[in-house]
Amino acid sequence: MSLASVYLNRDYITQSAPAEPNAKASPNYLNHAYGWQSWLLTIDHKRIGLLYMLSVTGFFLIGMAAAGMVRYDLLKPSGMLEADIYNRMFSAHGIVMTFFFLIPAIPGIFGNFFIPLMVGARDLAFPKLNLASWYIYMIGGAFGIWAILNGGIDTGWTLYPPYSSKSAATNVAPVAVSIFITGFSSILTGLNIVVTVHRMRAPGMTWMRLPLFVWAIYATSLIQLLSTPVLAVTVVFLGVERLTGVGIFDPALQGDPVLFQHMFWFYSHPAVYIMILPAMGVINEVLTCFSRKNIFGYSAVVFSTLGIAFAGFIVWGHHMFLAGEGYYPALIFSFLSFFVAVPSAVKVFNWTATLYKGSITFSAPMIYAVGFIILFMIGGLTGLFLSNLGSDIHLHDTYFVVAHFHYVMVGGMVLGYFAGLHYWWPKITGRMYNEWWAKFSAITIMVGFSFTFLPQFYLGYLGMPRRYASYAPEFQDLNVLSSAGSTVLAVGYIMPLFYLIHSLFFGKIATSNPWGATGLEWQTPSPPSPHNFDKTPIVTCGPYEYSLTPEEAKAMAQAGGKH
Amino acid sequence: MSSHAASHGHPSVLAHHFDTIEQQRSTMRLGMWMFLVTEALFFGGAFCAYAANRVWYPRDFEAGSSQLNVFIAGINSLLLLTSSLTITLAIHAAQEGKKSKLFWLLTVTILLAVSFLGMKAYEYYSDYEEALVPGLRFDESKFMPATLPSPDAPTINQINPDRVKMFFMFYYIMTGLHVLHMIVGIGVMVWLWLKAYRGEIHEQKFLLIEITSLYWHFVDLVWLFIVPALYLAGIHH
Repeated sequence: MSLASVYLNRDYITQSAPAEPNAKASPNYLNHAYGWQSWLLTIDHKRIGLLYMLSVTGFFLIGMAAAGMVRYDLLKPSGMLEADIYNRMFSAHGIVMTFFFLIPAIPGIFGNFFIPLMVGARDLAFPKLNLASWYIYMIGGAFGIWAILNGGIDTGWTLYPPYSSKSAATNVAPVAVSIFITGFSSILTGLNIVVTVHRMRAPGMTWMRLPLFVWAIYATSLIQLLSTPVLAVTVVFLGVERLTGVGIFDPALQGDPVLFQHMFWFYSHPAVYIMILPAMGVINEVLTCFSRKNIFGYSAVVFSTLGIAFAGFIVWGHHMFLAGEGYYPALIFSFLSFFVAVPSAVKVFNWTATLYKGSITFSAPMIYAVGFIILFMIGGLTGLFLSNLGSDIHLHDTYFVVAHFHYVMVGGMVLGYFAGLHYWWPKITGRMYNEWWAKFSAITIMVGFSFTFLPQFYLGYLGMPRRYASYAPEFQDLNVLSSAGSTVLAVGYIMPLFYLIHSLFFGKIATSNPWGATGLEWQTPSPPSPHNFDKTPIVTCGPYEYSLTPEEAKAMAQAGGKH
Repeated sequence: MSSHAASHGHPSVLAHHFDTIEQQRSTMRLGMWMFLVTEALFFGGAFCAYAANRVWYPRDFEAGSSQLNVFIAGINSLLLLTSSLTITLAIHAAQEGKKSKLFWLLTVTILLAVSFLGMKAYEYYSDYEEALVPGLRFDESKFMPATLPSPDAPTINQINPDRVKMFFMFYYIMTGLHVLHMIVGIGVMVWLWLKAYRGEIHEQKFLLIEITSLYWHFVDLVWLFIVPALYLAGIHH
């Protein structure tokens, strides 16, 4: 009965009713205003989301180019590049991908665009602050790219002192400033989203009716709020040490480098969850939609999301088992690290159970989502090798670690990002992409990814250390395989650029709900109108009521209309 | 509440994306609280790094701390706490629509804050005069023992100038960040002061004063941690 009254509001009904022509006639967020000012001074969360999409794509391509140089260098044992250039390339790759792509991508683009739509609000809580966040991000990003191109940095993205506070040749201080600025943007976006979820929910949108994507971004934002400031103050200390020559972290000046690592990883370990949690949120939306089922164990997924956010804060020490943090801290951090596996495993279990007996459609977003589950699982399980004190001694700072976090970051976050990009593309642009090309690029990415990173597990196990420009000759075959795979991966990444842009001009016009999805965002026209909802929606049930067919829903709605 | 606002002819107070004025107010309050949470973590990281080194090198840090001017810190505490009182009174003045009282309370708050900065500037200057600025002007001999210890004396009891310098680095970074926060706060208050001067802060807009005062109390609170941690550490030295 309550279900039925919901479906009065659901798109199943409005879609079958002749609502589309009206929707097309009314202005949408893309065409209601023109000119560069209407974009650069906009306070519409949807337009700001698109600004993020443009800039994030740009940074992604820069980070990709740097990665290409790294794989090029490793084609032969003596290295194809100068060691100095190689060091700058892997540092640039790490810094650009971490701070300018992985962290802002999903919260900045989809968080911005869809959180207000999903909770039934007209905008984020602080629209001007939202625009300011994008500008701060762009200033930080531009500054970072300038520093990387103009001299570069060779410390790796982790900026470990004393090397980073002493090596005079590279741009450590400008990069530190750029990280500080970008962190500010990350904090303000997180703040905006937390406040929006607390205060802007539509009537009836209770906490346990929130779409799981909203929960994921909410948990991410809490991590951003609580961890980013610690990184900020850490890079302040690092910058001051570098500029004044007074020791805080440099052991030669009575400082303590392990203190830096503690402070750095207090941010950067939770930051891993800033990157992966939003992707997990996307996966929930896509899996339920394309298996036509309610999520299995909604509250278990919610609490595992919060559990990951919490557990992420108490495991940072597992990055320093061999850095001299001490015997007992290492024991405790190792023990706690195993706990992170529990909520992650809960999620994988729930996703699998959601797929079970669902009517599954393998459309492009679904291929990405299923790929995510498999690759994330490999990434997660290999993490357990590294949280184990004994095996970490063997695997620490080898390619095993590189492969592990790329399985989580690329196999996890990037696939989640592409899943969301394809899933929401019709809503964002009002156009359908070419399904064949989308599927083809999804499979290309996964094949290329596996050839790139699967060999690296073995390389690391055999003992090849990370971050070296040259290596022992017996590792060459696997390295060439990995570099070849990265070429395929790059081709897979470039393809969406073409067919998605193509769809903007030649794609089929999208209906308001092409996937028959249940979320509130699909009740608005494609693209949505400037103020999202003409009337504040009233929510009466959970987000994934896929168990009814449209006809059943309609029938129930009509029967239940009396109540 | 919203109908009340409309009837008084202030419809512009409610932004387009809120339904009621109460929703808007609670949203703005929560926004400031969330911001203060991140600020607490920001200063928390600094205090944590300081505390670790303070525990490792107590003698060196106490030697450094004993050179700081506790008297100025005391006066400054008084100034800042009083400014917290006046801005709290300003919230009430704004809520009651007493515009001239609001204007004068803001004026006093800003004057108190600026005097704090003046005292602080004088203190930094005298630190420079006393050669207590590592990297710029630092007199290591102040912290060296008068006679060189015998080579086999335990080094644990000696004061290491590098560690004293580290103490001063923490002192300048932490008080510097605090001063930076004060400057931002004063900037916001001057903006409010101009609005109050033009009579633009009516009783429906008291929240601007309220969330600024939240921020200002936080700045106050950080100072109350800085004084014992940095200034009073070496008071028995």
